[in-house]
Amino acid sequence: MNYTTEIMDIYKETSPEENVLIPDDISVKDDRKYKLTARNINAFYGDLHALKDINMNFPQNSVTAFIGPSGCGKSTFLRLFNRMNDYIEGFRLEGEIILDDVDIYNEKIVIEQLRKDVGMVFQKPNPFPKTIFENVAYGLRIQGENNKSFLQDKVENALKQVALWDEVKDDLKKNALSLSGGQQQRVCIARALAVEPKIILMDEPTSALDPISTSRIENLIFELREDYTIIIVTHNLQQAGRISDFTAFFYLGDLIEMGRTHDIFTNPKNKRTENYITGRFG
Amino acid sequence: MHTKKNENIIEFLLFMSAFITVLTTIGIILVLSIEAFKFFKEVSIFEFLTSKEWTPLFTKKNFGILPLLSGTILTSLIAILVALPLGLTIAVYLSEYTSKKFRDYIKPSLEVLAAVPTVVYGFFALTVVTPFLQKLIPGMSGFNSLSAGIVMGIMIIPIISSMSEDALRAVPYSLREASYGLGSTRLQTAFRVTVPAASSGIVVSVILGISRAVGETMIVAIAAGQQPRFTFNPLVPVETLTAYIVQVSLGDVPHNSLEYRTIFAAGITLFVFTFILNNISYYIKTKYREKYE
Repeated sequence: MNYTTEIMDIYKETSPEENVLIPDDISVKDDRKYKLTARNINAFYGDLHALKDINMNFPQNSVTAFIGPSGCGKSTFLRLFNRMNDYIEGFRLEGEIILDDVDIYNEKIVIEQLRKDVGMVFQKPNPFPKTIFENVAYGLRIQGENNKSFLQDKVENALKQVALWDEVKDDLKKNALSLSGGQQQRVCIARALAVEPKIILMDEPTSALDPISTSRIENLIFELREDYTIIIVTHNLQQAGRISDFTAFFYLGDLIEMGRTHDIFTNPKNKRTENYITGRFG
Repeated sequence: MHTKKNENIIEFLLFMSAFITVLTTIGIILVLSIEAFKFFKEVSIFEFLTSKEWTPLFTKKNFGILPLLSGTILTSLIAILVALPLGLTIAVYLSEYTSKKFRDYIKPSLEVLAAVPTVVYGFFALTVVTPFLQKLIPGMSGFNSLSAGIVMGIMIIPIISSMSEDALRAVPYSLREASYGLGSTRLQTAFRVTVPAASSGIVVSVILGISRAVGETMIVAIAAGQQPRFTFNPLVPVETLTAYIVQVSLGDVPHNSLEYRTIFAAGITLFVFTFILNNISYYIKTKYREKYE
């Protein structure tokens, strides 16, 4: 697509032989090794071409935000990284997604193993109808972990990471559904952290929450960046501006523009990006 | 006005159809109670509930309901032991593993089981299942609660599988996604998340299945034998509450005799039994309903 070439012109560090986009000037200490790379991605729902020729890199310990109007393919793209689209009837994918030098769509990949490395937080808080403790311990339990003190440590740690420990430490036996929406979402994040993933995918994690809960989660994402590589889909442009290092703008299945968040918001190269972030459409 | 008048007539007809149903229920309870009351004027409730002999048609009369109760409980228990694992497995398979297309095809064919007349099941138990079991278990009686229970279990599989599947499918997809996202297999997701989340609906399906088994008449009347016996041995003939009522109703017991009234005593016991079961299921249904709404 012509957008791809356009972006290739913009980024100086494009490696032409691989046709992979590289965000410029990555300020991370990992020898420029990308944690995650998407190459020549085309995705289809039946006849619908949902993602068109997408290439993208994700440096370690960075936050990348996907923005764009509804139906632009950003959630579909996000869900490729933990193969969550696999169960959708009629879904088809071309291209490669490389996590630590391994194509995760390789037939030798065990999906369950992959998902332990790539955690996910969903749009609506979706705690299990179990206790807070069992929610957070779930991922470890399904791996066969039943040692009580080990689980207790892990649960405590995960809840501390999401700054929920002080609020719920006396109520770990309470049903997670009895918590507020913001607390539920933090339980869901703790649940994802407890299995110690390398990457965390977040699909509009604050869209169902009030402003205070939203800001807590945003602070949390900022802190989690120290230890994880995070990809977040959001409809909230200010949010993308506040928490992400890189921003990718999608429109109708095309990646229109990607770059450092600051550049995208202050100096977008593409007219559509400009129109979208200034609120003229979307 | 013309339309207003029509409206009233229709409303009256609607009311009447609801009213007649309620009236019928009240009538049944009334008749049962009155006849049972006459019965208990002659037989003490204590004897009725504690005696282990039920011989109202013999010269030496005993009126202990326990043998009929044990027959009913035993056959229903066997039925549920057959129907619960099978029905739940089918429900999990249909809701978690199959494609929509396949499910639309397989579900109606499963429900055909519910359309088989129970007299056919009874015959099936007596002429197919019992001879087969007798080969495996020598010394098993020709009439027994085991084969009647097994066949009754097969009969209630559709009740359990269909209702449990509805309950499983009512569990939001987001919970399954959360589980998959943490690295669960489909099986782990089904038994650690979906089934527990649907447990109230599954319990209701089981209770209604038991209720159906407790009230089932034809299969046990044909295949379980008609010998009231206080036992939990599944290999010997027993009689259930329902089978006893059939036996007396078909016999030549004179009206208004004590022997005649025994069927009302058995009937009200049966009624109390199923009434309690239905209320438990109703209670569970309403108590846990709002969980995901």
